[in-house]
Parts: sequence; C-alpha cells; structure tokens
Amino acid sequence: MDSLNSLAGRLGGVYLLPVVMAVLAFVLIGNPSTWVTLTVAGLAMGMMIFLMASGLSLVFGLMDVLNFGHSAFVSFGAFIAASVLAALGSWLTGSSAALNIIALIMAICAATAFGAAAGWFFERVIVRPVYRDHLRQILITMGALIVAEQLLLAIWGGAPVSVARPAVLEGSFVFGTIAIEIYRVFAFLLGLLVYVALYLVLNRTRIGLLIRAGVENREMVEALGFRIDRLFIGVFMAGSALAAMGGAMWAGYQGLITPALGGEMLIIVFIVVIIGGLGSIEGSLLGAIMVGLVANYVAFLMPKLALASNMLLMMAVLLWRPYGLKPAVKG
Amino acid sequence: MSDAILRLDDVHTDIAQYQILHGVGFDVPEGGVHVLLGRNGAGKTTTLRTIMGLWRARSGAIVFRHQDITAARTPEIARQGIAYVPENMGIFGGLTVEENMRLASATGAFDEERLKRIFALFPAIETFWDKQAFALSGGQKQMLAISRAIIERRELILIDEPTKGLAPSIINAMIDAFQEIGRDTTILLVEQNFHFARSLGRGATVIDDGRIAWNGSMEELARDEALQTRLLSLSMAEAG
Repeated sequence: MDSLNSLAGRLGGVYLLPVVMAVLAFVLIGNPSTWVTLTVAGLAMGMMIFLMASGLSLVFGLMDVLNFGHSAFVSFGAFIAASVLAALGSWLTGSSAALNIIALIMAICAATAFGAAAGWFFERVIVRPVYRDHLRQILITMGALIVAEQLLLAIWGGAPVSVARPAVLEGSFVFGTIAIEIYRVFAFLLGLLVYVALYLVLNRTRIGLLIRAGVENREMVEALGFRIDRLFIGVFMAGSALAAMGGAMWAGYQGLITPALGGEMLIIVFIVVIIGGLGSIEGSLLGAIMVGLVANYVAFLMPKLALASNMLLMMAVLLWRPYGLKPAVKG
Repeated sequence: MSDAILRLDDVHTDIAQYQILHGVGFDVPEGGVHVLLGRNGAGKTTTLRTIMGLWRARSGAIVFRHQDITAARTPEIARQGIAYVPENMGIFGGLTVEENMRLASATGAFDEERLKRIFALFPAIETFWDKQAFALSGGQKQMLAISRAIIERRELILIDEPTKGLAPSIINAMIDAFQEIGRDTTILLVEQNFHFARSLGRGATVIDDGRIAWNGSMEELARDEALQTRLLSLSMAEAG
C-alpha cells in the first residue's frame, strides 16, 4: 500500500485523479468522440464552478466565515450579465467579431464589478458583526441569500430569463466526428486564465504571501504587524467578484436562468470546496474539475444517478481524506 | 524605574467569564533577558498575550517606552518594535522557511548582515531555507520562530516557553542564541524550565494565580531554594 501511495505521489498524487477518471470514463463510454465531447463539457463546467468556488474557499480559509450567501453573487452576476448582453443585443448578433467580444467582456466586467461592490457591502454590513460566531454566520448569510433571491424576483421577475450568446462563440469546432462547443472552450480558457492569475498573485506577491499565511494563522499575521481586517475586505470582495464572474459565464452556458440559480449552485459550490479542502485554490480547482467531469460522465452513463453523483463523489473523497484533497496547511 | 522598557500596572484580563489576571504589575528593564516564571495556569501566557494585544486588558495600564499601548491593536504594537513568539511557535507550515522570514520583514527585503547572524546562530535555517516549514522538526521550528522575531531590529521580544518539548542539546543551543540576542534586544521570556531560565535571566518575576508573587533578580531566586519551592513548587534538584 505504501509503495502504491509513493508511486501515486511521484506521478502527481491527487492531481492524478481527474486523469484517472477520464481514463476510466473512456473505457466505459467506448466512443472516442462522445468521450471528448463529455470531457470538454466537464472541464468547461468545472472551470466555471471553480470561479464560483475559489472565493468561498479563500473566505472560509482566511476569515473562518461560513458564507451561505456566496451563491447570491453567482445569481446576481448571471442576471446582470444577461441584462447587459440583452441591452447590447445588436452587438452580439452583428457580424463584427470585435463587437461580439466587447459585448461579452462588458457583460462579464459589469457582473464582476457588481460582485466586488456587493461583496464590500456584504462584508461590512452582514458578515462583520458575526465574525467568530459560526451559528449566526449560517443564519444571517442564509437569510441574505433568501433576501437576494427575492430581490432578483422583484427586479427580473419569476419567469426564466434567456441569455443571449455572442455570435462568435456560437457553434462548434469540428474535428472529424468530434464536435466541441466554442463557448465551452472559451469558458475553460477563461477559468484557466483566472486560475493562473490567482496562482501568481498568491505565490508571487506579498499580498498573496499574507493571504496564504492568514489562512493558516490569522493571529500570527497580526502579531507580525499586518492589519488582517483590511486583507479580509480585499479577499471577500475578490471572492464575490469571482463568484459573479462565474455566474456570468454560467448564464451563457445554460442559456436560461431563474432566480433559483443561487440556491442550486450553493450545494455544488460547497461540495467543491469540501472535496478540494478549505482555504486552498489548488484544491478548489481540483474539486471543481472532478465535479464537472463526474457530472457529465455519470449523466451519460447512468442518467438516473446524475443528481446524486456529486454527493457520492464527496462522500468517497471524505471517507478517504476527511479534510479534502488539498486543504491549506494549518500550523 | 526609569530604565524600564515595559511597565505593567495593575493589569486585569478576563477570558470569557473567567478573570485570569488580577492586577498584574511589574517592570521589564531594558536590555538582557527578564524571565516570567510560574506554575501551569498561573497566567504567564495570558500576560504575554495581553501585552501583545491579543487579549484585551479590562483595566490597568501597559506602557512601552513611555507610551500607553493598553488599547492599541496587535499590528500597531508589533510595529512599535515588539515581537512575539507564541508557545505553539506560530509557524506558517504551508510557507517555506524563506517566506516565513520574508513575512516578518516589514519591507519584505532582508538585511544581509542580520541574515548572516541568524544563519550563524541557527544553521538549520540556512539549510532548510527553501523547504516548507511543516517539514521541520520541533527544534527547527522553534529556531525559525525565533529567527523570524529577530530578522528586523526589535526593541522587545516576548517569548513563550521556547524549550517546551525540545531535546537537551537543542536547549543548550537556545541558551547560546538567547545570550547573543539579549546583547542588543530586551527579551521577556516565559519559561518553566528553571535551568534554562537561570542561565539567561537577569531579572525574574514570579506569577501565581494571576497575581505577582515575587519580583527580583534571578541570582537571588537561584540562591534561595526555599523561595523556589514556595513560589514554583520546585527545587533546584528537580529542575536540574
């Protein structure tokens, strides 16, 4: 067993799991073109979930805050992006690829900026009074999620809202019998870009060093002379902005959104954070990709099990590693 | 006492509903090592944490270099030149040794002379410079915690039980290191190992049940076994 663990460690350790999943799925699916389509869909879905989950993981790791209202930023991000895209409808459907892309960037930027501003308000008004009190955090952030859903209903109504996609991202890349949706490739690349940016900030900057240290031991960071409360606000705003960005991308991916989106994504986002390990960006990425792949493979192979697949994945991971696959080191 | 770098005056500290410090007052003279001794649960760690602002004093005054820091926040206290090495060492295990050290430097840059001095005191710090800190042994972690406290010029270093769980050979290395550090920095040392405390301390304060039980020179305390037994439930033979 030890030699098996050591071999797995040399080959990449837990980072090998998505590869193992993909290989297993290839054997079970049998059809290469279907496998490629499902794998790309799983990776794209995973990257969008990563955007939503990474902020929650950092907020919990650094601030010890259980924010059940996190997915409200996802919902608002999705609806704001949908509204911006609807307002720029002529840019989206026009033949100019540049205008197409500008419209999409504006939609994503509007959602992200709203997420950051709402995150600032949420931290100051809702979360700040309940630091160090998990029970109250759960109650007040759940309450905030309900209020956010009602606000969405009041502003956008209860009917599903369709989300326009830029013409340049419609259609698929076709390689022989394999068709890969362009939007999924875009979602994957954007998620990858955000991950690389987060990785560089966390590992190559002093702010990143402080965040990583704060996740481990907030008190000691303060004893070294740093105001951790300022770091809290920054991380909370960044986490909320990323959730809103994820929501904007998810809106385009789904094509149709409802105010219940936040509640639906809340469970998936928490599963990803728990699988990945609290406070770890690498863990969130790993957890999100595994959740994305499992959701797509299981939906194809055993459709009746699709709804339970993420829960089963989480149970299996927690039985093996109770603190998740890549938790932040504590002490 | 005009040469006191730190003065505690009638400090009362509560943790939740429990009162831990009942009017603690003593002076820490500038320069060298001042030792705070006491039985388990006497209030030594609470005293250090209260000085550092990690727990708030309900009443009383803490004066550092003639400035009242009783209500100051921990980061402000740290920026005034007080470093803290907690009992659990406060090492960031997920960071490398270098990153731990860099975090303790206000600008993120190192004073090369200081770094050389640290490498001379604790060679393990240089050996494991780019390794993650969680992989260090207990003694090496303690060396890192102390190195982090001295990577910049500090006026006062608060150190909580640095010898806890360490092998005798490492404790001897620590004595040499603390003597060297104490030449240009004041150290307030909480310690239960009397042998270690006696080797270093100039002055000593004994705390019991959240109150100051005795204050004087370490020489005086080391000479009087009856006093040690009364104050610390300890004889020199036991302490080795």
